[in-house]
Amino acid sequence: MGFWRQRVTAWKRDRRVLWLGYVLVALALALLPFAIDTTIGRTWVRVLDFALLYVMLALGLNIVVGFAGLLDLGYIAFYAVGAYTWALLASPQLGLHLPFWMILPLGAGLAALFGVLLGAPTLRLRGDYLAIVTLGFGEIIRIFLNNLDHPVNITNGPIGINRIDPISVVGFELTRTHEIFGITFSGAHLHYYVFLLAALASIFICIRLEDSRIGRAWIAIREDEIAAQSMGINTRNVKLLAFAMGATFGGVAGGLFSSFQGFVSPESFILLESIMVLCMVVLGGMGHVAGVVLGALLLATLPEVLRHTASPVQQQLFGEVILDPESLRMLLFGLALILVMLLRPAGLWPSPTRKREFADAERQATGRTGAAATG
Amino acid sequence: MDIFLQQVLNGLVLGSVYALVALGYTMVYGILGLINFAHGEVVMIGAMVALTVLNGLAGAAIGAPPQVVIAAALAAAIAVCMGLSFSIERVAYRPLRRAPRLAPLITAIGVSILLQNIAMLIWGRQYHTFPRLLPPTPHNIAGATITDLQIGIMVVCAVIMGGLLVLVQRTRLGRAMRATAENPTVAGLMGVNINRIISATFVIGAAMGAVAGVLVAANYSIAHYSMGFTLGLKAFTAAVLGGIGNLGGAMLGGLLLGLIESIGAGYIGDLTGGFLGSHYQDVFAFLVLITVLVFRPTGLMGERVAERA
Amino acid sequence: MDIERHGVTRRVLAAVCSVAVAAVLGACGKKEEQPATTDGTTSALERVVKIGHAGPLTGPIAHLGKDNENGVRLAIEEANAAGLVIGGEKIRFELISEDDEANPQKGTVVAQKLVDAKVAGVIGHLNSGTTIPASKIYHDAGIPQISPSATNVDYTHQGFKTAFRVMANDAQQGKVLGEYAVKKLGAKKIAVIDDRSAYGKGLADQFEAAAKTAGAQIITREFTDTTKTDFTAILTSIKGKRPDLIFYGGMDSQAGPMMKQIKNLGVRAIYLAGDGVQTTQFLTLAGPEGESAYASSPGVPLDKMPGGKEFAEKYQKRFNQPIQLYAPYAYDAMNAMIEAMKAADSVDPAKYLPALASIQYQGVTGLVQFDEKGDIKGGSISLYQVKNNKWEYLETVG
Repeated sequence: MGFWRQRVTAWKRDRRVLWLGYVLVALALALLPFAIDTTIGRTWVRVLDFALLYVMLALGLNIVVGFAGLLDLGYIAFYAVGAYTWALLASPQLGLHLPFWMILPLGAGLAALFGVLLGAPTLRLRGDYLAIVTLGFGEIIRIFLNNLDHPVNITNGPIGINRIDPISVVGFELTRTHEIFGITFSGAHLHYYVFLLAALASIFICIRLEDSRIGRAWIAIREDEIAAQSMGINTRNVKLLAFAMGATFGGVAGGLFSSFQGFVSPESFILLESIMVLCMVVLGGMGHVAGVVLGALLLATLPEVLRHTASPVQQQLFGEVILDPESLRMLLFGLALILVMLLRPAGLWPSPTRKREFADAERQATGRTGAAATG
Repeated sequence: MDIFLQQVLNGLVLGSVYALVALGYTMVYGILGLINFAHGEVVMIGAMVALTVLNGLAGAAIGAPPQVVIAAALAAAIAVCMGLSFSIERVAYRPLRRAPRLAPLITAIGVSILLQNIAMLIWGRQYHTFPRLLPPTPHNIAGATITDLQIGIMVVCAVIMGGLLVLVQRTRLGRAMRATAENPTVAGLMGVNINRIISATFVIGAAMGAVAGVLVAANYSIAHYSMGFTLGLKAFTAAVLGGIGNLGGAMLGGLLLGLIESIGAGYIGDLTGGFLGSHYQDVFAFLVLITVLVFRPTGLMGERVAERA
Repeated sequence: MDIERHGVTRRVLAAVCSVAVAAVLGACGKKEEQPATTDGTTSALERVVKIGHAGPLTGPIAHLGKDNENGVRLAIEEANAAGLVIGGEKIRFELISEDDEANPQKGTVVAQKLVDAKVAGVIGHLNSGTTIPASKIYHDAGIPQISPSATNVDYTHQGFKTAFRVMANDAQQGKVLGEYAVKKLGAKKIAVIDDRSAYGKGLADQFEAAAKTAGAQIITREFTDTTKTDFTAILTSIKGKRPDLIFYGGMDSQAGPMMKQIKNLGVRAIYLAGDGVQTTQFLTLAGPEGESAYASSPGVPLDKMPGGKEFAEKYQKRFNQPIQLYAPYAYDAMNAMIEAMKAADSVDPAKYLPALASIQYQGVTGLVQFDEKGDIKGGSISLYQVKNNKWEYLETVG
């Protein structure tokens, strides 16, 4: 055992091995959609595309909930802001067709602005009060999107906006199927690469943030706001920054979603989506970037895996389909949420520090649960 | 003027139901600091069970007087919801009492999804017509109308809330509940069986939820497996508006939210000259909530939570 | 520290294992589908043709999604029982029904899944919000799609040759209703309510425009949303304005309770709604208070159509529940598709698509015939009124 560990550490120290590892991973990621496409079908490329969007969303929410400890139940609003910014500025709806490199930053900026707008009045609120206000904020945004068709038609209301421009670089439209060097790239494949880059950038930013001055300030606020304040942290600005940063991720993801789908309507931004993203963060391991990514990938693909397996597995076990696959899918999903939390309350992959704290709390076994909630 | 009075009455009926459901949220929150997301689903199960019993007894045609049938349905709904809520707490929340605070929130969401889909399997996807409990004779009060059932809803809600206050303030169980809410460790040292008290809280909340479910379904003559979610959300908002964890606050918040929605939807269009319409009813409710919380960050009556913070 | 690292490795391993298990499960699922295509019980000459259906099978409007699925299922079962021969092969249809959760994003995933499964055609989706983004995927794959219920005008106006619908779009129905309200029912002051869904808004907007043109005054426009059951606030506000007629753009599950509240509040106005309300569900939900309400439905009444009454009976017998709403349209859509396959003598989408575009098929909801965009041609609209807790046919307009 000891021998192997020494060898492994030696390998890890070797930079060449490190670079080789990076190249291998990059190659694997680049080939992934083709491997999936040929083995289990193109549906899964599309599922993966959305999973990557959820990775961005979960990472964004993780900044607010995981790092800064501010419970946000209306996060999907920023996704909506990003999506509608793109939809309005690049579709026949308002007759505008701006290029993507202008809209994407604009959407992100607008989402950040909304993040500050949400954050500013709620600075004094704690815990569950904040949760309900953010929930309300999310609903307000959705209701406005659903109703801004009257008296002046801006968002086209419940009907949604169609024929949204795809990302296109000098006439190369990402939604079309292209032949490059004899390899066929479908829209789903091409978006995979774009989303992958965006998700990797998000992961990189989050990891850097966590170790930065701001990141530590967030964590300080999460652990004890009063102590953080007395250490000279400007809690107001730092909290607003968390909201703005988190919202930016949502805004970018929303824009990408809009261009990928070519259609947006308020149905995509319901409360359940906010709850889903929160589940990803908590289930994966709040505050831990790798855990959150894992949570997002799992929860985004799990319902689809269940969708594909619910019927065949039943057929195999009982010889017939007893429960409709769709009911079973949601039943199992609910059950999975409960079981994972019961077995791993700190998430599937919690950060090492968080895990230690949790173990300490377990050992001491004192104080009320509520103390953690409000403290 | 009769229109305004009518809107107030509409709001009070709606608000009474919100208040009754909100009590379930607030009791659990007061004791555990947990948002019991599954409470709305418990309310739905209550309505569905009552529906089954009512239809079953009507179908069996045993000739029982309607009062007996209604009582049986209500009793069944209450019993099932109590049992359900008791098991939910045991299975999904109790093991997580010392876990990070968001863990039980996620299991609550899981329970909510689970219950909704189980209900879909049992009662099907379609909307059910809830049988008439009382004849819909409208009464005229100064130009506004109200039915017997609506009066009944307000009376039942008032009685239950009053009973709950007496229970919490005057009885041994109530004292134990308050002590547990204040500090479970110390309460435990003082000889309070915390687990039993927490179970009791869940069970009482569920019983009220069951009654609320039956009343809502009867009032709108409709029951559906997804009816609990929105209702639960509104009730939760009401509880926060009043100051979550505070019984009086839940009642106040519920009634207030009902009135805001009713009067807001009724007059917002006219007040803004048709620029904003009744589609902003919920925006209005949430804006009031945000405004209240900005000036009173612990809700209207939520001092106790402030102390803890 | 070492222990910590070890723990991480173990967890990564566990994660990898679980992914592998999921992949194996997925692969099992794949494998399972293949034997089904060459089922042992069938003769060697039989060819299995997969047909896709998509709609919300979970969530608040799951009953409508299932209803559509049932319509398609019935058509397929009948065709299989009849033993079709197309292109010299005995054809057996197999239904793949997917749940799109009424969520546009899931809608595209499900669409891709149906394309991957190599379906010959798709009946769906239910909502316009899922139908539109999904239609692009079917179009790219060259698979014909017939929506039994999406009414958003945009769906067939994207230039996709593969997109069809058998339901009159919002513009057609709203116009008829608006004129009917003013000219036949004599309404002068009208209150309009919509449920803020794509369907309700579209219908209410068209109704409002047509009623205004016909000379009526729209005194108020109120709104609710699809999750609400309490309408007392907006109804009270409407009562204060004393309209002759209330128009509702929305579904039966809300119109039922709304009708009761209208009567309880003592609002005296004619109640008129679209096809979403002309259902048996509305009759049970509204009860005696639903009396004398008006509603329209595209096409000619089911019991006046050849085979219509039988369809309703067959449906009841097969699924042990009455038709919810759009099942007859889903049934017709499927049959029209089969008819096109017969006409082209091929189940290959590329080959039978032209036949579908020029189809003339007499279904239970009327003549299925598409215009150049893929909309149903010359949809007539019938009006009904509740009398003795039954929908009584009044007349067919347009």
